[in-house]
This record gives sequence, C-alpha cells and structure tokens, in this order.
Amino acid sequence: MKVMAQMAMVMNLDKCIGCHTCSVTCKQAWTNRSGMEYVWFNNVETRPGLGYPRGYEDQDKWQGGWTRKANGRLTLRAGGRLNKLLNIFSNPKMPSMSDYYEPWTYDYETLLNAPSQKHFPVARPHSLLSGKPINVEWSANWDDDLGGSHEHAAKDLMLKGIEDKVKLAFDDTFMFYLPRICEHCLNPSCAASCPSGAIYKREEDGIVLVDQDKCRGWRMCVTGCPYKKVYFNHKTGKAEKCTFCYPRIEVGIPTVCAETCVGRLRYIGLMLYDADKVLEAASVEDDHDLYESQRSVFLDPNDPHVQREAEKAGIPGDWITAAQKSPVHALINTYKVALPLHPEYRTMPMVWYIPPLSPVVDVIKDTGHDAEDADNLFGAIDALRIPVEYLANLFTAGDTVPVDRVLRKLAAMRSYMRDINLGRDPDPEIPARVGMGEEEMYNMFRLLAIAKYEDRYVIPTAHGEEAHALEELATDCPVTGYDDELLDVSGPFGEGSGRGSMTPVAIENFKMLERRQTSDTMQDGEHLKGRVNLLNWDGKGMPPGMFPDEDGER
Amino acid sequence: MNTFLWVIFPYICLAVFVVGHVWRYRYDKFGWTTRSSQLYESKLLRIGSPLFHFGMLGVVGGHILGLILPQDWTDAVGLSHEAYHIIALAGGIPAGIAAVVGLVILIYRRRTVGPVFSATTINDKVMYAVLGVVIVLGMWNTIAGSLFTIGGEYNYRDGVSVWFRQIFAFQPDESLMAAAPFGFQLHGFLAFLLFAMWPFTRLVHVFSAPIGYFTRPYIVYRSRDRRPGAATGSRAQKRGWERVQ
Repeated sequence: MKVMAQMAMVMNLDKCIGCHTCSVTCKQAWTNRSGMEYVWFNNVETRPGLGYPRGYEDQDKWQGGWTRKANGRLTLRAGGRLNKLLNIFSNPKMPSMSDYYEPWTYDYETLLNAPSQKHFPVARPHSLLSGKPINVEWSANWDDDLGGSHEHAAKDLMLKGIEDKVKLAFDDTFMFYLPRICEHCLNPSCAASCPSGAIYKREEDGIVLVDQDKCRGWRMCVTGCPYKKVYFNHKTGKAEKCTFCYPRIEVGIPTVCAETCVGRLRYIGLMLYDADKVLEAASVEDDHDLYESQRSVFLDPNDPHVQREAEKAGIPGDWITAAQKSPVHALINTYKVALPLHPEYRTMPMVWYIPPLSPVVDVIKDTGHDAEDADNLFGAIDALRIPVEYLANLFTAGDTVPVDRVLRKLAAMRSYMRDINLGRDPDPEIPARVGMGEEEMYNMFRLLAIAKYEDRYVIPTAHGEEAHALEELATDCPVTGYDDELLDVSGPFGEGSGRGSMTPVAIENFKMLERRQTSDTMQDGEHLKGRVNLLNWDGKGMPPGMFPDEDGER
Repeated sequence: MNTFLWVIFPYICLAVFVVGHVWRYRYDKFGWTTRSSQLYESKLLRIGSPLFHFGMLGVVGGHILGLILPQDWTDAVGLSHEAYHIIALAGGIPAGIAAVVGLVILIYRRRTVGPVFSATTINDKVMYAVLGVVIVLGMWNTIAGSLFTIGGEYNYRDGVSVWFRQIFAFQPDESLMAAAPFGFQLHGFLAFLLFAMWPFTRLVHVFSAPIGYFTRPYIVYRSRDRRPGAATGSRAQKRGWERVQ
C-alpha cells in the first residue's frame, strides 16, 4: 500500500445559480494576461448545452483521456508514445481558436474621439489576435441559460439516446449549471501525453501542475485532457492550466473560485488514496464499474492501519487529522452523494459533483403537487427518466443506479427536514427508506445546507519549516530576483522570456496585468498610453489616458 | 580573406553556437519553446509542418552521410562513386523538395493568416530569411551542381566535406573551400551564420526533441519540497527518472 494525499473538491450543483462569480474571480486572479484571453481555468456551463470549448465531451472527435485495450491495459485514446512523436509537428486533434472563441475587445477610442454627429458612435468589436474588426459569434458561455438551445443544445452529446424525449420537455423544466475546473486526476492523461514530462502531479497534495520551464509547447496535453482544461498560452507558447490555487492552498486558504462562490456550493478537503491501486481501478472492464472502483481506491483515514501506512509514507499527522475531518471524504465515501464527472474517461477525476435534485423538484412543483413529500419525490425520480438518464451520462458513464440512489437521498433529506423545520415529529421511516439513520441524515443536512467556512474548507497548511519556499507567504525580500526586467513583458525571445529565474506567480500577474490594461493597442501593445481599464481604477484621481489631453492630443 | 571566411568565421560561429545554447538554457528556460501557432491556424500547418520537418530530418541525415562519412569508407565497402551519387540524389532530392515545399507553405501561412503574422517577431523574420536562403542554396547545389552539372562537376566529398571534418580536428585547410564553386561557398558561409543565430532564435526547440518520452513512466510525480526519499509508488526508481531535485 502506498498512501498518498489528494486535495479534492466537491460541488453541490443544487446550489449553483450560474452567476459566474467563480469564473470571473478566477480569471482576474490567474488568466488576465495577453495570450490567455480565451482561457477559463474555471468556467460555468449551462446543461444541457455544449460546454467550453464547444462540444469538448465528444471524445470520438477530440480523442481525450484513456481507453481500455482488449488485453485490459490502458492506452491514451489519441495514440501512444510513438504516435505522439510522429504527430509532434502538427497535432491532428487539437481544438482551434474557433472551438474556443476568438478573444476580442471594443474600440472604445471611437466613443471618445468621434466628432459631433447625428448617430451615436459605436464601439465595434476588434479581435485581440489580429487587431482587425470581427463579428462575435461565440464565446465561453454563448448558450448560457439555454440561450439558442434549439440550435445548440440538441448537439449536447450527453443527450444521446434520450434526444427525442428531451426535446419536448427540457425547455420547460430541465436546466442546471455545471461549474468546471481542472479535475486534478489521479491518473492524469494530460501528464501522460506530455512528451517533455513537464506536467507533474505533486506528491504532497496531488495537484497537477505544468512546469513552465520544462514545457516546450508540443501541445499534446491539450489533446490528452478529455475535459479540455489544459490551455495553450499563445503568447508564451506554453501550456497552462488550473493550479488549484496552490499558493493559497499551501497556506490553508481555499481556491479563489471556492472562496468567492456566492452559493457556497464548493467543498475542499483531503482524500487519502492508495497510489498502487489507481491503475488497476482505472482499468476495470465495464464503464459502469468505474465509479465504484474509483471509490475503492480511497482509504478510510479513521482506519489505524491506514494511519500507520500514511505515517510511513511521510504524510504529516495534521494532514491525517484533516483527512478525517474532510467534507469531501464525507460526501464521497460516508454519505455517498458525490459523483465523479465522466468517469468513463478513466482519468480518475478528483473534482466531484452532487447531482441536482432541482429538475425533479421543479417538475413536481409545476404539476401542483407537494414537492417536499417523500412519496411524491421518490415517485418522480422513478418517473422522470430524462433528468436521471442525462445526469447518469454526465456522472456515472450512463449507469442510472447510483444517480437514482443519490437523488433519493437528497429527496429523503428534503422531506425529512421539512418535518423538523415545521416542528413536527421527524419520520424515521424516511431516512430508513434510503438506508440511512436519522442522525446520519441530519449530519448530511448540516454539511449540505449550513456548513460554515471552516466546515466547507478543511485545508491543512504546508509545513512551517518549508514556509520560506511557499508562494503566498513571500518571506523573501519582495524585490529579490525580479527587477526591472519584469516590467519588460516582451523579452528578447518572446513574451516572458529571458529571466534568470521564474518570478512568483502573483507578482508576474500583477505586472503583466498593469502593462496590458494600460496599453494602447488592441493586441499586446508596445505603447503604454491611451487605454484605461476602469475595473483597475480605485476612483481616486484621474488615470492617465482616460481623457484626451487639453490640447486634444492623446 | 580566405582564412577569415573558412577558418576564423566558422570557429566564431561554432563558439557562439555552443556557448549561446548554454547561456540561453541557463538564462531563459521559460522562453525555450517551439512557440507553436497551431492554435491560430491548423489546416495549412497540418500539411506544411510535417512536410518541412520530416524533410529537414532527411536533409540533416543526408548531410551527416555526405559531410561526416569519409569517402574512403564508402570506397572500402565497395560503393562506387556513381552508386553513392545515385543514392545521395535519390534520398536528398525528395527530402529537399519536401522541405522546400513545406517551407513555402509555412511562409505563405505566416504571411497571410492574420493572427500568425501578428505573432511573428523580427527575430523570426530574419531567421526565416537566412534559413530559407540556406535551404534554397543547398537545393540549387544539389540540382544544378550534381544533377545537371551546370558549371562543371564538383565532388564535394573531396572538398567541402574534408574541410568540414578538418574543422573538428582543428586543422581546417582553407584552400579546399576557396576552390569550391560559389554556390557551395555561399551555402557553407550562410549555414555557419545560421549556426551563430541558432541559440537566439526559436530554432532551439530542435534540441528539445522529446526522446525521453519513450522511456519515462506516463505519470510524473514531483515533490514540492526536496525531501531525499524513496520513489513514489512502491516501484523502484528507473534510471534517469530519479526524483527531480
């Protein structure tokens, strides 16, 4: 047994209101740089819908993830090592800019400089890549809230097999949001696809990162990731991906997306797992078994044997305690209400989801029945195959049994808690019908409904003796090693090149952000004057370039 | 003048090539990349890039045969001069054509596709110009010189190749190059200029050819801290895959 710790996340989809706060704060923190305009480490998709990049779930087309060969061994769907190297000069399965969207800005200058005229001047969209005017036709959530769903949503691959039933029904009742970040898989196919070996999984917390100094821009990881969560920075020519906000996690604070989540639907905690069993678990024959086989890899942190082995593997004591208190562990293994996203890709994803009961509740409500009555809810789960089958396509490779079980638990909790809230005697029959005790059900309710900050985020810090090396603490002198060179965004050999040592992520972002937002050109500019980003303005004084100079010059 | 062109200049270029790469790798690992533009455009790249790169691999292989392998060796195995010539042309011309056609497609793409052109630096443009001229001159020497023998027959294995090997023995004989046809002289001169530019351009990605991919395990684990310790998993560490320090 080789015990390893994995920082994991669970999202409770019933609570997601689709406000995109997570996406926006993540973007401000991490991908607000030129070359990364189209990159959303966190994005929120409306389902049914195409997601981002468009139709990324179609692995017949994109060839992401692993596939099981006839002899029972796993191989990369896009081809093995030799195949990768033969295609290294031009990756045949890489999404193009049009599958994401061409980033753009608006020609605000026209608004300021237009002469007095009959018609109001218009700021036209300009491509951030070529600087030319473009016709905006797609973006990261073009089909938000089922916008244009008659055209787009029908192409949602997860509707396979239930299209005819859904077409009639889903416009009325069936919609939910799916926030996505990198899955930080136990068996990451992006890392396996990287010819340079630049993508690695951190031993301490399982976070999957790209070594920017080792990445050579071969682009195979973009194809390899079935969730399309590795992005290519077209300015630096390097791959970048969600970092699980590791500088924050190291000092015990949650990721930016979780911290700012309005619905408080995200849970972060540790999972202990047996690294020796991962490959075997990812290789089971039937796709339907993947959910259970992945659960079997996880270890019980309360088991003394596991604790001993964890200690032997060098996992600190406070981390084992944190694993015991982990809300993620509770949701995945104790209450068993969280499910993995697309286990059939066989990457063993570690961001799990509690499927939404709301499509079912909404249907009952609309028919005028009591949507909190256990019998009504159970009956509806049995009758409403559309949401259940759709959710099963997302979370259990199409097996409706686990989804059914989770929805029943959520329904039972809803019904059981209503009696308590109304001051009636709780009915022990209800938890019993889903195989739970009363206390267990109440605890699950507390975790799902009213868990406080420190209950939702149980994040052990990296150890004090290593603090000097941690990103967020910056115990170094803040100017050591990153001098004026840093201000020069475009180095001698392209963006960001020519630095003796890598600069800390936070500082680099800040400088680049400032440079880009005050630049004069649509693309990554050479001149500083002219353009102002008001999001960056604190309201004091007048930012340079906000208004033309007194003599009319800019 | 001949001493400068065929003795001093090559050594300067080779020194810059070697020291430049060491310096660039230490100073600028972050900038060491292919700077792929596939995200902007992939249809033309799908044809042009493999044509060019595989063509160039053939061309490099041909140069190794022609420049490094002494004529005595092929004579010793009984390969006649004519037979060698036919083999060289049969291999070299298709590879060269592939490289040139690929290069033309890639340059056309770079100029006409807006985002790709915007992402092209001056550094790139100068490098493409020198690289293009070197390749075209090489093709000219092969086709005009060897195939149609315009301007008389020239056996480079008696001249250029010997001089090239002498460089690495630190005893270059400049008269060998001085006697070569102008096309060969220019090709050689610009090739050395390209070597001197090499470490400062995106050409450095040649030295990142990911051969290690064949032998490394699929999933790479790395430690945040530098604990000296056992390998991850209960498997023994493989040679070359010791923990990154």
